[in-house]
Amino acid sequence: MTATAPANKKIGWGVINLLVILYALIPVLWIVSLSFKTADTITDGNFIPRSWTWSNYAQIFQIDLFTSALRNSIGIAIIATVIAVVIGTMAAYAIARLDFPGKKALVGVSLLIAMFPQISLVSPLFDIERAIGLFDTWPGLILPYITFALPLAIYTLSAFFREIPWELEKAAKMDGATPLQAFRSVIVPLAAPGVFTTAILVFIFCWNDFLFAVSLTSTSRSQTATVAISQFTGASQFAEPTGSIAAAAVLLTIPIIIFVLFFQRRIVAGLTSGAVKG
Amino acid sequence: MSLDSGAVAAATTKQPPSHRAGKPALSEGKKAERRLGLWLCAPAAIIMVAVTAYPIIYAVWLSLQRYDLRFPADREFAGLSNYGAVLSSGYWWQAFLITVIITVVSVAIEFVLGLALALVMHRTIVGRGLTRTVVLIPYGIVTVVAAFSWQFAWTPDKGYLAAMLSEGSAPLTGQASAIAIIILAEVWKTTPFMALLLMAGLALVPDDLLKAAQVDGAGAWQRLTQIILPMMKPAILVALLFRTLDAFRVFDNIYILTQGSNGTGSVSMLGYDNLFKAFNLGIGSAISVLIFIAVAMIALLFIKIFGAAAPGSEPTGKR
Repeated sequence: MTATAPANKKIGWGVINLLVILYALIPVLWIVSLSFKTADTITDGNFIPRSWTWSNYAQIFQIDLFTSALRNSIGIAIIATVIAVVIGTMAAYAIARLDFPGKKALVGVSLLIAMFPQISLVSPLFDIERAIGLFDTWPGLILPYITFALPLAIYTLSAFFREIPWELEKAAKMDGATPLQAFRSVIVPLAAPGVFTTAILVFIFCWNDFLFAVSLTSTSRSQTATVAISQFTGASQFAEPTGSIAAAAVLLTIPIIIFVLFFQRRIVAGLTSGAVKG
Repeated sequence: MSLDSGAVAAATTKQPPSHRAGKPALSEGKKAERRLGLWLCAPAAIIMVAVTAYPIIYAVWLSLQRYDLRFPADREFAGLSNYGAVLSSGYWWQAFLITVIITVVSVAIEFVLGLALALVMHRTIVGRGLTRTVVLIPYGIVTVVAAFSWQFAWTPDKGYLAAMLSEGSAPLTGQASAIAIIILAEVWKTTPFMALLLMAGLALVPDDLLKAAQVDGAGAWQRLTQIILPMMKPAILVALLFRTLDAFRVFDNIYILTQGSNGTGSVSMLGYDNLFKAFNLGIGSAISVLIFIAVAMIALLFIKIFGAAAPGSEPTGKR
Protein backbone atom coordinates (compact mmCIF):
# COMPACT_ATOMS: atom_id res chain seq x y z
CA MET A 1 0.00 0.00 0.00
CA THR A 2 2.84 2.36 0.87
CA ALA A 3 4.64 1.81 -2.41
CA THR A 4 1.66 2.60 -4.58
CA ALA A 5 0.48 5.72 -2.74
CA PRO A 6 -0.13 8.53 -5.21
CA ALA A 7 1.95 11.68 -4.99
CA ASN A 8 -0.86 14.03 -3.97
CA LYS A 9 -1.76 11.72 -1.08
CA LYS A 10 1.85 11.99 0.08
CA ILE A 11 1.71 15.77 -0.09
CA GLY A 12 -1.53 15.74 1.88
CA TRP A 13 0.06 13.67 4.63
CA GLY A 14 3.11 15.92 4.50
CA VAL A 15 0.95 18.97 5.23
CA ILE A 16 -0.87 17.20 8.08
CA ASN A 17 2.42 16.05 9.59
CA LEU A 18 3.81 19.55 9.36
CA LEU A 19 0.83 20.97 11.27
CA VAL A 20 1.20 18.31 13.95
CA ILE A 21 4.93 18.97 14.25
CA LEU A 22 4.39 22.73 14.53
CA TYR A 23 1.79 22.22 17.27
CA ALA A 24 4.18 20.06 19.24
CA LEU A 25 7.32 22.06 18.63
CA ILE A 26 6.50 25.78 18.94
CA PRO A 27 6.54 25.79 22.76
CA VAL A 28 9.70 23.66 22.66
CA LEU A 29 11.41 26.10 20.31
CA TRP A 30 10.59 28.85 22.81
CA ILE A 31 12.59 26.97 25.46
CA VAL A 32 15.40 26.40 22.95
CA SER A 33 15.31 30.11 22.13
CA LEU A 34 15.55 31.04 25.84
CA SER A 35 18.54 28.72 26.17
CA PHE A 36 20.44 30.64 23.48
CA LYS A 37 19.60 34.16 24.66
CA THR A 38 22.16 36.32 26.40
CA ALA A 39 21.49 37.43 29.95
CA ASP A 40 20.44 40.96 28.95
CA THR A 41 18.05 39.93 26.16
CA ILE A 42 16.39 36.99 27.88
CA THR A 43 13.43 39.04 29.04
CA ASP A 44 12.87 40.89 25.74
CA GLY A 45 9.97 38.66 24.69
CA ASN A 46 11.31 37.96 21.21
CA PHE A 47 10.59 34.48 19.92
CA ILE A 48 13.90 34.43 18.05
CA PRO A 49 16.96 35.56 20.03
CA ARG A 50 18.42 38.88 18.89
CA SER A 51 21.88 37.87 20.02
CA TRP A 52 22.91 34.22 20.30
CA THR A 53 25.20 32.67 22.89
CA TRP A 54 26.45 29.25 23.94
CA SER A 55 27.32 30.49 27.41
CA ASN A 56 24.22 29.00 29.05
CA TYR A 57 25.30 25.55 27.89
CA ALA A 58 28.95 26.12 28.79
CA GLN A 59 27.85 27.24 32.22
CA ILE A 60 25.91 24.14 33.21
CA PHE A 61 28.84 21.87 32.47
CA GLN A 62 30.99 23.92 34.81
CA ILE A 63 28.70 22.77 37.59
CA ASP A 64 30.10 19.43 38.81
CA LEU A 65 26.74 18.47 40.20
CA PHE A 66 25.11 18.50 36.75
CA THR A 67 27.45 15.95 35.16
CA SER A 68 27.11 13.50 38.01
CA ALA A 69 23.36 14.13 38.11
CA LEU A 70 23.12 13.30 34.41
CA ARG A 71 24.94 10.01 35.04
CA ASN A 72 22.61 9.19 37.93
CA SER A 73 19.52 10.06 35.88
CA ILE A 74 20.54 7.83 32.97
CA GLY A 75 21.51 4.87 35.16
CA ILE A 76 18.51 5.04 37.45
CA ALA A 77 15.95 5.59 34.67
CA ILE A 78 17.28 2.73 32.52
CA ILE A 79 17.50 0.21 35.37
CA ALA A 80 14.05 1.12 36.69
CA THR A 81 12.51 0.94 33.21
CA VAL A 82 13.97 -2.48 32.41
CA ILE A 83 12.90 -4.00 35.74
CA ALA A 84 9.44 -2.41 35.68
CA VAL A 85 8.75 -3.58 32.12
CA VAL A 86 9.97 -7.14 32.77
CA ILE A 87 8.05 -7.54 36.03
CA GLY A 88 5.02 -5.77 34.58
CA THR A 89 5.03 -8.01 31.51
CA MET A 90 5.08 -11.14 33.68
CA ALA A 91 2.21 -9.92 35.83
CA ALA A 92 0.18 -8.65 32.88
CA TYR A 93 0.58 -11.96 31.04
CA ALA A 94 -0.74 -13.79 34.08
CA ILE A 95 -3.64 -11.35 34.49
CA ALA A 96 -4.63 -11.56 30.83
CA ARG A 97 -4.27 -15.31 30.29
CA LEU A 98 -4.25 -17.30 33.49
CA ASP A 99 -6.80 -18.07 36.15
CA PHE A 100 -5.43 -17.84 39.68
CA PRO A 101 -6.56 -16.61 43.11
CA GLY A 102 -5.73 -13.04 44.01
CA LYS A 103 -5.86 -11.72 40.46
CA LYS A 104 -8.50 -9.12 41.27
CA ALA A 105 -6.62 -8.13 44.43
CA LEU A 106 -3.48 -7.44 42.41
CA VAL A 107 -5.35 -5.32 39.86
CA GLY A 108 -7.06 -3.45 42.71
CA VAL A 109 -3.86 -2.84 44.69
CA SER A 110 -2.03 -1.51 41.65
CA LEU A 111 -4.86 0.87 40.90
CA LEU A 112 -4.88 2.01 44.53
CA ILE A 113 -1.17 2.83 44.30
CA ALA A 114 -1.77 4.77 41.10
CA MET A 115 -4.50 6.78 42.82
CA PHE A 116 -2.99 7.74 46.17
CA PRO A 117 -1.56 11.29 46.16
CA GLN A 118 2.19 10.90 46.08
CA ILE A 119 2.91 14.06 48.06
CA SER A 120 1.57 12.44 51.22
CA LEU A 121 3.75 9.35 50.70
CA VAL A 122 7.16 10.98 50.44
CA SER A 123 7.71 11.74 54.11
CA PRO A 124 6.97 8.20 55.35
CA LEU A 125 9.12 6.84 52.49
CA PHE A 126 11.90 9.17 53.61
CA ASP A 127 11.62 7.77 57.15
CA ILE A 128 11.81 4.15 55.95
CA GLU A 129 14.75 4.78 53.65
CA ARG A 130 16.66 6.55 56.40
CA ALA A 131 16.00 3.63 58.73
CA ILE A 132 17.17 0.89 56.37
CA GLY A 133 20.01 2.80 54.73
CA LEU A 134 18.47 3.24 51.27
CA PHE A 135 18.33 7.02 51.51
CA ASP A 136 20.50 8.75 48.92
CA THR A 137 21.33 5.57 46.99
CA TRP A 138 20.38 4.37 43.50
CA PRO A 139 18.14 1.56 44.79
CA GLY A 140 16.47 4.14 47.03
CA LEU A 141 15.09 5.82 43.91
CA ILE A 142 14.82 2.79 41.65
CA LEU A 143 12.45 0.95 44.01
CA PRO A 144 9.87 3.77 44.26
CA TYR A 145 10.12 4.36 40.49
CA ILE A 146 9.40 0.70 39.75
CA THR A 147 6.54 0.75 42.24
CA PHE A 148 4.84 3.82 40.85
CA ALA A 149 5.43 2.80 37.23
CA LEU A 150 4.07 -0.73 37.70
CA PRO A 151 0.34 0.12 37.83
CA LEU A 152 0.45 1.84 34.44
CA ALA A 153 2.67 -0.92 33.05
CA ILE A 154 0.35 -3.69 34.27
CA TYR A 155 -2.78 -1.94 33.00
CA THR A 156 -1.35 -1.10 29.59
CA LEU A 157 0.23 -4.49 29.03
CA SER A 158 -2.72 -6.57 30.16
CA ALA A 159 -5.03 -4.47 27.98
CA PHE A 160 -2.83 -5.46 25.05
CA PHE A 161 -2.24 -9.05 25.94
CA ARG A 162 -5.93 -9.85 26.19
CA GLU A 163 -6.47 -8.62 22.61
CA ILE A 164 -3.77 -10.87 21.21
CA PRO A 165 -5.22 -13.89 19.38
CA TRP A 166 -3.25 -16.54 21.25
CA GLU A 167 -4.80 -19.27 19.07
CA LEU A 168 -2.33 -18.23 16.37
CA GLU A 169 0.46 -19.64 18.50
CA LYS A 170 -1.23 -23.03 18.55
CA ALA A 171 -1.80 -22.82 14.79
CA ALA A 172 1.90 -22.13 14.23
CA LYS A 173 2.81 -25.13 16.40
CA MET A 174 0.48 -27.31 14.34
CA ASP A 175 2.23 -26.09 11.23
CA GLY A 176 5.42 -27.55 12.66
CA ALA A 177 6.99 -24.62 14.50
CA THR A 178 8.74 -25.33 17.81
CA PRO A 179 7.23 -23.60 20.88
CA LEU A 180 10.07 -21.06 20.86
CA GLN A 181 9.65 -20.37 17.14
CA ALA A 182 5.91 -20.03 17.56
CA PHE A 183 6.41 -17.59 20.43
CA ARG A 184 9.03 -15.55 18.60
CA SER A 185 7.33 -15.30 15.23
CA VAL A 186 3.71 -14.96 16.37
CA ILE A 187 3.45 -13.64 19.91
CA VAL A 188 6.46 -11.31 20.12
CA PRO A 189 5.47 -9.15 17.11
CA LEU A 190 1.93 -8.88 18.47
CA ALA A 191 3.02 -7.99 21.99
CA ALA A 192 5.75 -5.58 20.91
CA PRO A 193 3.57 -2.44 20.47
CA GLY A 194 2.28 -2.71 24.04
CA VAL A 195 5.67 -3.51 25.52
CA PHE A 196 7.49 -0.67 23.79
CA THR A 197 4.72 1.83 24.49
CA THR A 198 5.02 0.91 28.15
CA ALA A 199 8.81 1.19 28.05
CA ILE A 200 8.62 4.71 26.61
CA LEU A 201 6.06 5.89 29.19
CA VAL A 202 7.94 4.36 32.13
CA PHE A 203 11.25 5.81 31.01
CA ILE A 204 9.77 9.31 30.69
CA PHE A 205 8.16 8.99 34.15
CA CYS A 206 11.49 8.05 35.79
CA TRP A 207 13.48 10.60 33.81
CA ASN A 208 11.20 13.53 34.68
CA ASP A 209 10.38 12.72 38.28
CA PHE A 210 11.15 15.53 40.67
CA LEU A 211 9.14 14.77 43.81
CA PHE A 212 10.85 11.50 44.82
CA ALA A 213 14.26 12.60 43.56
CA VAL A 214 14.25 15.76 45.65
CA SER A 215 13.00 14.08 48.82
CA LEU A 216 14.98 10.82 48.73
CA THR A 217 18.44 12.05 47.73
CA SER A 218 20.87 14.57 49.17
CA THR A 219 24.27 14.29 47.46
CA SER A 220 25.87 13.79 44.06
CA ARG A 221 25.82 10.04 44.74
CA SER A 222 22.24 9.79 43.61
CA GLN A 223 20.84 13.24 42.90
CA THR A 224 19.19 13.29 39.46
CA ALA A 225 19.23 15.96 36.78
CA THR A 226 15.79 17.40 37.57
CA VAL A 227 16.98 18.11 41.12
CA ALA A 228 20.24 19.59 39.85
CA ILE A 229 18.26 22.01 37.64
CA SER A 230 16.27 23.23 40.62
CA GLN A 231 19.52 24.16 42.36
CA PHE A 232 20.85 26.38 39.58
CA THR A 233 21.59 29.88 40.75
CA GLY A 234 22.68 31.76 37.64
CA ALA A 235 26.05 33.23 36.69
CA SER A 236 26.28 35.50 39.69
CA GLN A 237 24.40 35.31 42.92
CA PHE A 238 21.91 37.89 41.70
CA ALA A 239 21.44 36.79 38.09
CA GLU A 240 18.33 34.78 37.28
CA PRO A 241 19.21 31.24 36.16
CA THR A 242 16.53 31.24 33.42
CA GLY A 243 19.02 30.71 30.58
CA SER A 244 20.81 27.80 32.25
CA ILE A 245 17.53 26.18 33.28
CA ALA A 246 16.32 26.33 29.67
CA ALA A 247 19.64 24.96 28.40
CA ALA A 248 19.55 22.09 30.89
CA ALA A 249 15.95 21.27 29.93
CA VAL A 250 16.97 21.12 26.27
CA LEU A 251 19.86 18.78 27.11
CA LEU A 252 17.59 16.60 29.25
CA THR A 253 15.17 16.18 26.35
CA ILE A 254 17.82 14.71 24.03
CA PRO A 255 17.99 11.26 25.72
CA ILE A 256 14.19 11.09 25.53
CA ILE A 257 14.29 11.83 21.80
CA ILE A 258 16.91 9.11 21.28
CA PHE A 259 14.91 6.65 23.38
CA VAL A 260 11.68 7.32 21.49
CA LEU A 261 13.37 7.29 18.06
CA PHE A 262 14.81 3.92 18.93
CA PHE A 263 11.59 2.30 20.15
CA GLN A 264 8.77 3.92 18.16
CA ARG A 265 9.51 1.65 15.16
CA ARG A 266 8.25 -1.29 17.14
CA ILE A 267 4.79 0.25 17.59
CA VAL A 268 3.35 -0.87 14.27
CA ALA A 269 0.25 -2.74 13.24
CA GLY A 270 1.09 -6.03 14.88
CA LEU A 271 -1.03 -8.54 13.03
CA THR A 272 -0.37 -7.98 9.38
CA SER A 273 3.15 -6.63 9.45
CA GLY A 274 4.17 -9.16 12.07
CA ALA A 275 2.80 -12.02 10.02
CA VAL A 276 4.77 -10.91 6.97
CA LYS A 277 8.05 -9.89 8.56
CA GLY A 278 8.07 -12.61 11.19
CA MET B 1 -11.34 -13.81 12.15
CA SER B 2 -10.06 -14.65 15.57
CA LEU B 3 -9.75 -11.02 16.65
CA ASP B 4 -13.51 -10.54 16.35
CA SER B 5 -14.26 -12.80 19.28
CA GLY B 6 -11.93 -10.72 21.46
CA ALA B 7 -13.69 -7.50 20.53
CA VAL B 8 -17.10 -9.00 21.20
CA ALA B 9 -15.99 -10.34 24.55
CA ALA B 10 -14.60 -6.92 25.44
CA ALA B 11 -17.76 -5.13 24.37
CA THR B 12 -20.29 -7.19 26.28
CA THR B 13 -20.65 -6.57 29.95
CA LYS B 14 -21.50 -10.03 31.13
CA GLN B 15 -20.93 -10.66 34.80
CA PRO B 16 -18.22 -13.20 35.49
CA PRO B 17 -19.55 -16.18 37.44
CA SER B 18 -18.22 -16.02 40.98
CA HIS B 19 -15.75 -18.62 42.16
CA ARG B 20 -17.52 -21.34 44.08
CA ALA B 21 -15.97 -22.34 47.35
CA GLY B 22 -17.21 -25.90 47.35
CA LYS B 23 -15.81 -26.71 43.94
CA PRO B 24 -14.54 -30.25 43.36
CA ALA B 25 -10.77 -30.73 43.55
CA LEU B 26 -8.84 -28.86 40.88
CA SER B 27 -7.38 -30.79 38.00
CA GLU B 28 -3.59 -31.04 37.67
CA GLY B 29 -3.59 -28.54 34.78
CA LYS B 30 -5.63 -26.01 36.73
CA LYS B 31 -3.28 -26.28 39.69
CA ALA B 32 -0.27 -25.71 37.47
CA GLU B 33 -1.99 -22.67 35.93
CA ARG B 34 -2.65 -21.23 39.39
CA ARG B 35 0.92 -21.78 40.45
CA LEU B 36 2.30 -20.14 37.30
CA GLY B 37 -0.04 -17.18 37.72
CA LEU B 38 1.03 -16.63 41.30
CA TRP B 39 4.72 -16.92 40.48
CA LEU B 40 4.46 -14.46 37.59
CA CYS B 41 2.66 -11.90 39.73
CA ALA B 42 4.74 -12.33 42.86
CA PRO B 43 7.60 -9.90 42.02
CA ALA B 44 5.22 -7.07 41.08
CA ALA B 45 2.99 -7.65 44.10
CA ILE B 46 5.91 -7.87 46.55
CA ILE B 47 7.61 -4.68 45.34
CA MET B 48 4.39 -2.66 45.27
CA VAL B 49 3.29 -3.76 48.74
CA ALA B 50 6.77 -3.44 50.27
CA VAL B 51 7.22 0.14 49.07
CA THR B 52 3.73 1.55 49.61
CA ALA B 53 2.01 -0.37 52.41
CA TYR B 54 3.59 1.53 55.29
CA PRO B 55 3.43 5.02 53.68
CA ILE B 56 -0.25 4.64 52.77
CA ILE B 57 -1.26 3.28 56.18
CA TYR B 58 0.82 5.98 57.87
CA ALA B 59 -0.86 8.74 55.82
CA VAL B 60 -4.33 7.43 56.70
CA TRP B 61 -3.32 7.17 60.37
CA LEU B 62 -2.03 10.78 60.34
CA SER B 63 -5.31 11.97 58.86
CA LEU B 64 -7.06 10.73 62.01
CA GLN B 65 -4.82 12.74 64.33
CA ARG B 66 -4.64 16.29 65.45
CA TYR B 67 -1.03 16.86 64.47
CA ASP B 68 0.47 20.25 63.69
CA LEU B 69 4.26 20.49 63.57
CA ARG B 70 4.05 23.98 65.02
CA PHE B 71 2.39 22.56 68.12
CA PRO B 72 3.80 19.02 68.33
CA ALA B 73 2.81 18.61 71.99
CA ASP B 74 -0.89 18.86 71.08
CA ARG B 75 -0.77 15.64 69.07
CA GLU B 76 -3.75 13.40 69.80
CA PHE B 77 -6.21 11.05 68.15
CA ALA B 78 -8.97 13.12 66.61
CA GLY B 79 -11.19 10.63 64.81
CA LEU B 80 -12.79 12.06 61.72
CA SER B 81 -12.63 15.69 62.87
CA ASN B 82 -9.94 16.60 60.30
CA TYR B 83 -12.25 15.38 57.57
CA GLY B 84 -15.09 17.43 59.04
CA ALA B 85 -12.86 20.50 59.09
CA VAL B 86 -11.83 20.05 55.46
CA LEU B 87 -15.29 19.22 54.13
CA SER B 88 -16.90 22.19 55.86
CA SER B 89 -14.28 24.58 54.53
CA GLY B 90 -14.98 26.86 51.59
CA TYR B 91 -11.34 26.52 50.43
CA TRP B 92 -11.76 22.80 49.84
CA TRP B 93 -14.93 23.18 47.74
CA GLN B 94 -13.49 26.09 45.78
CA ALA B 95 -10.35 24.03 44.97
CA PHE B 96 -12.52 21.00 44.26
CA LEU B 97 -14.59 22.91 41.71
CA ILE B 98 -11.49 24.29 39.97
CA THR B 99 -9.96 20.81 39.89
CA VAL B 100 -13.10 19.30 38.36
CA ILE B 101 -13.20 22.02 35.68
CA ILE B 102 -9.54 21.56 34.79
CA THR B 103 -9.87 17.75 34.76
CA VAL B 104 -13.02 17.54 32.64
CA VAL B 105 -12.01 20.17 30.08
CA SER B 106 -8.42 19.04 29.64
CA VAL B 107 -9.16 15.31 29.48
CA ALA B 108 -11.96 15.89 26.94
CA ILE B 109 -9.72 17.99 24.71
CA GLU B 110 -6.83 15.56 25.14
CA PHE B 111 -8.92 12.57 24.12
CA VAL B 112 -10.13 14.12 20.87
CA LEU B 113 -6.75 15.63 20.06
CA GLY B 114 -4.90 12.50 21.15
CA LEU B 115 -7.08 10.30 18.94
CA ALA B 116 -6.47 12.61 15.98
CA LEU B 117 -2.71 12.58 16.62
CA ALA B 118 -2.76 8.79 17.05
CA LEU B 119 -4.51 8.37 13.69
CA VAL B 120 -1.98 10.65 12.01
CA MET B 121 0.98 8.87 13.61
CA HIS B 122 -0.46 5.47 12.77
CA ARG B 123 -1.56 6.07 9.20
CA THR B 124 0.83 8.65 7.81
CA ILE B 125 2.83 7.43 4.83
CA VAL B 126 5.61 10.01 4.92
CA GLY B 127 7.99 10.89 7.74
CA ARG B 128 6.43 8.46 10.22
CA GLY B 129 9.42 8.17 12.56
CA LEU B 130 9.93 11.93 12.61
CA THR B 131 6.26 12.71 13.34
CA ARG B 132 5.99 10.09 16.06
CA THR B 133 9.12 11.26 17.79
CA VAL B 134 8.32 14.97 17.61
CA VAL B 135 4.78 14.44 18.92
CA LEU B 136 6.20 12.81 22.04
CA ILE B 137 8.68 15.59 22.82
CA PRO B 138 6.24 17.72 24.88
CA TYR B 139 5.63 14.77 27.18
CA GLY B 140 9.37 14.23 27.47
CA ILE B 141 10.25 17.74 28.58
CA VAL B 142 10.78 18.23 32.30
CA THR B 143 7.32 19.29 33.50
CA VAL B 144 8.46 22.09 35.74
CA VAL B 145 10.60 23.66 33.03
CA ALA B 146 7.79 23.42 30.48
CA ALA B 147 5.44 25.11 32.93
CA PHE B 148 8.06 27.76 33.59
CA SER B 149 8.43 28.45 29.87
CA TRP B 150 4.66 28.93 29.57
CA GLN B 151 4.73 31.30 32.52
CA PHE B 152 7.53 33.26 30.85
CA ALA B 153 5.69 33.29 27.52
CA TRP B 154 2.50 34.73 29.07
CA THR B 155 4.19 37.33 31.27
CA PRO B 156 3.92 40.85 29.84
CA ASP B 157 7.23 42.23 28.44
CA LYS B 158 8.92 38.86 28.83
CA GLY B 159 7.07 36.50 26.55
CA TYR B 160 6.11 36.14 22.91
CA LEU B 161 2.52 35.13 23.69
CA ALA B 162 1.83 38.08 25.99
CA ALA B 163 3.26 40.33 23.27
CA MET B 164 0.44 39.22 20.96
CA LEU B 165 -2.24 40.36 23.40
CA SER B 166 -3.42 43.92 23.75
CA GLU B 167 -1.25 46.31 25.75
CA GLY B 168 -1.59 46.05 29.51
CA SER B 169 -3.29 42.67 29.73
CA ALA B 170 -1.79 40.17 32.16
CA PRO B 171 -3.57 36.88 31.45
CA LEU B 172 -2.03 35.01 34.39
CA THR B 173 -3.66 37.31 36.92
CA GLY B 174 -7.30 36.81 35.90
CA GLN B 175 -9.07 33.70 37.16
CA ALA B 176 -10.68 32.58 33.89
CA SER B 177 -7.72 33.38 31.67
CA ALA B 178 -5.26 31.82 34.12
CA ILE B 179 -7.30 28.62 34.24
CA ALA B 180 -7.42 28.59 30.43
CA ILE B 181 -3.61 28.86 30.37
CA ILE B 182 -3.28 26.07 32.95
CA ILE B 183 -5.51 23.87 30.78
CA LEU B 184 -3.50 24.78 27.66
CA ALA B 185 -0.26 23.84 29.40
CA GLU B 186 -1.78 20.55 30.65
CA VAL B 187 -3.21 19.66 27.25
CA TRP B 188 -0.02 20.45 25.37
CA LYS B 189 2.10 18.53 27.84
CA THR B 190 0.06 15.35 28.27
CA THR B 191 -1.80 14.82 24.98
CA PRO B 192 1.22 12.78 23.74
CA PHE B 193 0.63 10.31 26.60
CA MET B 194 -2.92 9.80 25.39
CA ALA B 195 -1.84 9.70 21.74
CA LEU B 196 0.84 7.09 22.34
CA LEU B 197 -1.47 4.74 24.24
CA LEU B 198 -4.20 5.15 21.60
CA MET B 199 -1.70 4.59 18.79
CA ALA B 200 -0.60 1.32 20.35
CA GLY B 201 -4.31 0.42 20.52
CA LEU B 202 -4.66 1.21 16.82
CA ALA B 203 -1.83 -1.20 16.12
CA LEU B 204 -4.14 -4.01 17.25
CA VAL B 205 -6.82 -3.22 14.65
CA PRO B 206 -6.08 -5.45 11.66
CA ASP B 207 -5.84 -3.64 8.33
CA ASP B 208 -7.66 -6.51 6.56
CA LEU B 209 -10.76 -5.87 8.61
CA LEU B 210 -10.80 -2.17 7.72
CA LYS B 211 -10.26 -2.95 4.05
CA ALA B 212 -13.09 -5.47 4.10
CA ALA B 213 -15.36 -2.87 5.69
CA GLN B 214 -14.33 -0.33 3.07
CA VAL B 215 -15.15 -2.80 0.31
CA ASP B 216 -18.54 -3.33 1.95
CA GLY B 217 -19.14 0.41 1.63
CA ALA B 218 -18.45 1.66 5.17
CA GLY B 219 -17.36 5.32 5.20
CA ALA B 220 -14.41 6.64 7.17
CA TRP B 221 -16.60 7.80 10.06
CA GLN B 222 -18.44 4.47 10.17
CA ARG B 223 -15.17 2.56 10.19
CA LEU B 224 -13.95 4.74 13.07
CA THR B 225 -17.04 4.42 15.25
CA GLN B 226 -18.09 0.87 14.33
CA ILE B 227 -14.76 -0.95 14.09
CA ILE B 228 -11.75 1.04 15.28
CA LEU B 229 -13.10 2.53 18.50
CA PRO B 230 -14.82 -0.65 19.78
CA MET B 231 -11.68 -2.69 19.14
CA MET B 232 -9.57 -0.09 20.92
CA LYS B 233 -11.80 -0.10 23.99
CA PRO B 234 -9.21 -1.54 26.40
CA ALA B 235 -6.58 0.96 25.23
CA ILE B 236 -9.08 3.82 25.54
CA LEU B 237 -9.94 2.73 29.09
CA VAL B 238 -6.30 2.73 30.16
CA ALA B 239 -5.56 6.07 28.48
CA LEU B 240 -8.63 7.87 29.87
CA LEU B 241 -8.34 6.30 33.32
CA PHE B 242 -4.69 7.12 33.94
CA ARG B 243 -4.95 10.57 32.39
CA THR B 244 -7.98 11.45 34.53
CA LEU B 245 -6.28 10.21 37.69
CA ASP B 246 -3.29 12.41 36.90
CA ALA B 247 -5.32 15.42 35.79
CA PHE B 248 -7.31 15.38 39.01
CA ARG B 249 -4.06 15.64 40.94
CA VAL B 250 -2.78 18.55 38.79
CA PHE B 251 -0.01 20.30 40.66
CA ASP B 252 3.19 21.27 38.82
CA ASN B 253 1.61 23.52 36.21
CA ILE B 254 -0.46 25.45 38.74
CA TYR B 255 2.43 25.68 41.18
CA ILE B 256 4.61 27.36 38.57
CA LEU B 257 2.02 29.32 36.59
CA THR B 258 -0.05 30.99 39.31
CA GLN B 259 0.97 29.53 42.70
CA GLY B 260 -2.76 28.99 43.10
CA SER B 261 -3.48 32.70 43.41
CA ASN B 262 -6.71 34.35 42.17
CA GLY B 263 -8.78 31.26 42.81
CA THR B 264 -6.78 28.88 40.59
CA GLY B 265 -5.62 26.41 43.27
CA SER B 266 -6.38 22.69 42.86
CA VAL B 267 -7.01 20.18 45.65
CA SER B 268 -3.40 18.98 45.37
CA MET B 269 -2.19 22.57 45.88
CA LEU B 270 -4.34 22.73 49.00
CA GLY B 271 -2.86 19.46 50.28
CA TYR B 272 0.68 20.64 49.55
CA ASP B 273 0.14 23.96 51.29
CA ASN B 274 -1.15 22.24 54.42
CA LEU B 275 1.58 19.56 54.50
CA PHE B 276 4.66 21.54 53.53
CA LYS B 277 3.86 25.17 54.19
CA ALA B 278 1.53 25.18 57.19
CA PHE B 279 3.02 21.90 58.52
CA ASN B 280 -0.42 20.76 59.54
CA LEU B 281 0.10 17.05 58.94
CA GLY B 282 -3.33 15.98 60.18
CA ILE B 283 -5.31 18.28 57.87
CA GLY B 284 -2.87 17.77 54.98
CA SER B 285 -3.18 13.99 55.23
CA ALA B 286 -6.96 14.20 55.44
CA ILE B 287 -6.93 16.22 52.19
CA SER B 288 -4.74 13.55 50.58
CA VAL B 289 -7.14 10.80 51.61
CA LEU B 290 -10.09 12.83 50.31
CA ILE B 291 -8.29 13.31 46.98
CA PHE B 292 -7.73 9.57 46.92
CA ILE B 293 -11.43 8.90 47.56
CA ALA B 294 -12.48 11.33 44.81
CA VAL B 295 -10.04 9.73 42.37
CA ALA B 296 -11.19 6.24 43.35
CA MET B 297 -14.79 7.18 42.60
CA ILE B 298 -13.74 8.43 39.16
CA ALA B 299 -11.86 5.18 38.52
CA LEU B 300 -14.85 3.06 39.57
CA LEU B 301 -17.08 5.08 37.28
CA PHE B 302 -14.76 4.46 34.33
CA ILE B 303 -14.52 0.76 35.04
CA LYS B 304 -18.33 0.55 35.30
CA ILE B 305 -18.73 2.34 31.98
CA PHE B 306 -16.16 0.19 30.22
CA GLY B 307 -17.35 -3.01 31.87
CA ALA B 308 -15.48 -6.10 30.78
CA ALA B 309 -12.76 -4.08 29.06
CA ALA B 310 -11.12 -3.62 32.47
CA PRO B 311 -8.11 -5.83 33.18
CA GLY B 312 -8.77 -8.93 35.24
CA SER B 313 -12.53 -8.79 34.73
CA GLU B 314 -12.70 -12.12 32.91
CA PRO B 315 -13.27 -15.14 35.11
CA THR B 316 -10.90 -17.36 33.17
CA GLY B 317 -7.89 -16.61 31.03
CA LYS B 318 -8.32 -16.70 27.29
CA ARG B 319 -6.63 -19.50 25.46
